Amino acid sequence: MATKSLKARNNDIANTSRQMEILSSGIFETGELPTFAAKIKETGQFPLRPKKLEILQINLGYMCNQVCEHCHVDAGPDRKEIMTVETMNQCLEVIKKTEAHTLDLTGGAPEMNPNFRWFVEEASKAGIKDFIVRSNLTIIRANKKYYDLPEFFKKHNVHVVSSMPHWTRGKTDKQRGKGVFDLSIKALQELNAVGYGIPGSDLKLDLVYNPSGAFLPGDQQALENDFKKALKEDFDIDFHSLFAITNLPISRFLDYLIASDNYEDYMHSLLDAYNPAAVENVMCTNTLSVSWDGWLFDCDFNQMLNLKVASKVKHIKDYNEELLQDRNIIINQHCYGCTAGAGSSCQGVVA
Amino acid sequence: MSKTYYDSADLRKFGKITEWSEELGNKFFDYYGKVFEEGALTAREKSLIALAVAHTEQCPYCIDAYTKDTLQRGVTKEEMMEAIHVGAAIKSGATLVHGVQMMNKVNKLEM
Repeated sequence: MATKSLKARNNDIANTSRQMEILSSGIFETGELPTFAAKIKETGQFPLRPKKLEILQINLGYMCNQVCEHCHVDAGPDRKEIMTVETMNQCLEVIKKTEAHTLDLTGGAPEMNPNFRWFVEEASKAGIKDFIVRSNLTIIRANKKYYDLPEFFKKHNVHVVSSMPHWTRGKTDKQRGKGVFDLSIKALQELNAVGYGIPGSDLKLDLVYNPSGAFLPGDQQALENDFKKALKEDFDIDFHSLFAITNLPISRFLDYLIASDNYEDYMHSLLDAYNPAAVENVMCTNTLSVSWDGWLFDCDFNQMLNLKVASKVKHIKDYNEELLQDRNIIINQHCYGCTAGAGSSCQGVVA
Repeated sequence: MSKTYYDSADLRKFGKITEWSEELGNKFFDYYGKVFEEGALTAREKSLIALAVAHTEQCPYCIDAYTKDTLQRGVTKEEMMEAIHVGAAIKSGATLVHGVQMMNKVNKLEM
């Protein structure tokens, strides 16, 4: 288990242009597999264009208390990129006038941004009703100052979405680090205690499942049933929905695919499971992603590849929704990760 | 002809068997797909059965495919190994139960 980010290890793959080079060469260069652009052209879906903007996804920083093996953000305790109050204020200005109804806060561990709570409170005043916080769960138990997070979430009716790779300790700790399973269970029980995740409760608690290896997620509904049964029986835990998300071949997961000699097979699996119906609703069509330093991206993954939006407006300080929505979405071979099977997005399956 | 009898890249070419006998190939794949759908048994249970049978049949393609398939369905290593033991137990049981035939024959032949 790595305890440092790729960036801190000076790994080749921490360099985003190197990742783009890998994704454009080899099996895609020789024509063994079609590029994503060629594939969506088959069904007349090129260029990919945004639909109505619904979600503003803001990355509050890459700092995290965990170093997960598959992390596409390459987050970790050694990452110092944190959104400043100045950038947060620029985001708040946008929140006041955007058509987007949902604010999706992510990281790293978004709660580790020292101004996280202030930002949620201000966004709430600015009129945001639907908050999503991507919480890794263990943060709630990481330090006393975070113990009251469940109460804070409840106060602002935050929709909590948390990663949980499996209902067993072994598989969870292997992907997310030793001790993560027990801390996650404790955190889930505390969220349940304040009313999160209980059937019929308005306090939404959803879990995200990422496969812990070079394979795709199985059927979302079947996995949800298995998770619910096991977590209820073993730990008396309730949650609402499970989102099964496909790992995209970028950052740490790409590094793993190459190092374990799984890259080509994995890309073949994504191609075999390609579903044109999923292209219709990929998350980049209704989401805008804002990085910790205010740059704008079609999605979180493009952010990690440093592929800024193809628009005159590239930074939150110059935000203009009309101009931004009139753009082509930047695509590359990593996009196959969102169109496999029933599709994948931060909100679960799309087709 | 490759230098080895088995090549893992051949698994992806399985669908090509329809090229030399389209109707039978298609009928087989339709049937195959239908068998593994959610039914009275869950797709997860079927996948575990397939994994066990893949081992008793000692089919490397099937082992490759159903190890991946069970992983995708959230099956744990412990469950996978237990399923294989079920297959192994039936295999060895099937061998040993024939011991009764041997015993019968011995009893018949010996004075």
